[in-house]
Amino acid sequence: MASYKMRKIKDRFMRILVWLALLMALIPLFSILGEVVLKGASSINLNFLTQPTPTVGEAGGGVANAMQGTLLAVGLASLIGVPIGLMSGIFLSEYSETKLSPAVRFFNDVLNGFPSIVIGIFGYTIIVLSIGFSVIAAAFALAIIMIPIVTRTTEEALKLVPATVREAAIALGVPRWKTIVSVVFSGAKKGIATGILLSLARIAGESAPVLVTMGYWRWWFAGLDKPVANLALNIYIFAISPFENWQALAWGSALVLVTLILGTSVIVRIFTREKY
Amino acid sequence: MKSSRKPPVFIHNLNVKVHKIFKKPLTGDYAFKLLAATFASIIFLILGLMIYELIKGSQLSLQRFGIEFLIGTKWDPAISQVFGVLPLILGTLVTSAIALLIGVPISLCIGLALSEYAPKRFGFAISFLVELLAAVPSVIYGLWGIFTLIPFLRNNVYAYLQGILGFIPLFSGPIYGGGVLTGGIILAIMIIPTVSAVSRDVFSAVPNTQREAMISLGATKWETAKNVISYARSGVIGAIILGLGRAVGETMAITMVIGNKFQLLPSSLFDAWYTMSAIIANEFTEATYGLYVSALIEVGLVLFFVALIINVLARLVVWRSLKLVRGIARE
Repeated sequence: MASYKMRKIKDRFMRILVWLALLMALIPLFSILGEVVLKGASSINLNFLTQPTPTVGEAGGGVANAMQGTLLAVGLASLIGVPIGLMSGIFLSEYSETKLSPAVRFFNDVLNGFPSIVIGIFGYTIIVLSIGFSVIAAAFALAIIMIPIVTRTTEEALKLVPATVREAAIALGVPRWKTIVSVVFSGAKKGIATGILLSLARIAGESAPVLVTMGYWRWWFAGLDKPVANLALNIYIFAISPFENWQALAWGSALVLVTLILGTSVIVRIFTREKY
Repeated sequence: MKSSRKPPVFIHNLNVKVHKIFKKPLTGDYAFKLLAATFASIIFLILGLMIYELIKGSQLSLQRFGIEFLIGTKWDPAISQVFGVLPLILGTLVTSAIALLIGVPISLCIGLALSEYAPKRFGFAISFLVELLAAVPSVIYGLWGIFTLIPFLRNNVYAYLQGILGFIPLFSGPIYGGGVLTGGIILAIMIIPTVSAVSRDVFSAVPNTQREAMISLGATKWETAKNVISYARSGVIGAIILGLGRAVGETMAITMVIGNKFQLLPSSLFDAWYTMSAIIANEFTEATYGLYVSALIEVGLVLFFVALIINVLARLVVWRSLKLVRGIARE
């Protein structure tokens, strides 16, 4: 065994190293936030928020059509993803005694870690091949990304409701399903809403599946069987373009997206602080 | 108490049918349970359909190339229409390996800092910041990579690195800024939240008696922490595999910084390369004929199986070792 002094020095050294590692991991976060705010703020103005994407070489323009498109795609996706996720979450939490539930939980976790681009290709083969690149295909892919997140957070929120509440309702003669729907569910409302919000924020930032199922679209919404513009995808297209105007738009879009997503995370964290 | 009204005929018939199939009457309870189970089972349908559709979509390329697809080193959609993905697989593996090499030690330190070193309140705040890092969309990492990380690395780090280690072929050659190492670094940043969150959870799950025993024997903080790591080692392995899963499937950020050049091996760590996910993102919307699209879908199929194996393995390892169900989902 090394001498006491050496052990002491090693201990000090490791303590510093651990904190340094933490600092190093946070530098990218602050750098990203700083850059996005600094470069994004200068490109945000009235035009940016109200005009559609400019053509190449055209000055000005904005991302209003992309905000419309992102809202639409996320909204459609939640129509599919929320009910499935909610019911799966209820199943996992309230009927955890069934043989089916470990398998459901396992495959939900597996799907949660899946590359989003593979899910995008799935949307392509199943929808784009029959009706073409469209907002429906993108919403389908985004819904699949959403399902495991909503399922997991719903399950966790429901499990936080004490068993005594369920027992009390059942003791009053309320059927089990009514207990779940009206008593347990309302007790977990906040947690469930949190999960849905977080999943919406997550899919609003997804660009790989959108690229594969919808492609780049420069115009306003033109029908459910047509693509729509998308904020996250716009950032990719604009960032790799050589035009300065487009690059400025990319930073502006990034600011909008980051505000939306991190804002959601922060608000959710503040409202659910007592739970974590 | 019996209700005097009879239920409508169709409900009665439905009830009889359900009774025949499931040998239970269709009460509200049973119907609701059935409904929930049906919705929950959609997950199996999704995964099954995904395998089926990906295989169906890559039929053309599967028939044309067979195993050649996996070991082929040529990707020529323009002239000879030959597709082989070995360089892409290598690109994915190497960039992910670099990401793990850089990201895992940092993440383990963060896990330790949060579970062993930080005071509770402060730890919550830091955990939240690390989780924010996971919430930033991939495409914004890419944007930041192009305009901030690449210039920084090119001007301040790479030239310096080459000055010291230039005699090793890995660190020689021209510096573009984007490339294999940059790709690995950006992936490392992106896996840190995942790996550190899971390792924080497995470290926190180590029973306090372990720490108390170490301290009572006169161990220093670091020696105690080392013991915590080794107690939780299978959970740590699970965390690393989860990080690997995220690195392998990561698309937008890596596409934007790796340079997208199809070659078997890059000349150095500073050279451009390609990964499986990057080629799909880069070429999918430009694929003009059936075989080309089919080949890209087959790349997706390969990625599907790689991700499936990695994810199943990770969940099994983490679950088995510490039955830590909660922490894993919060990525």
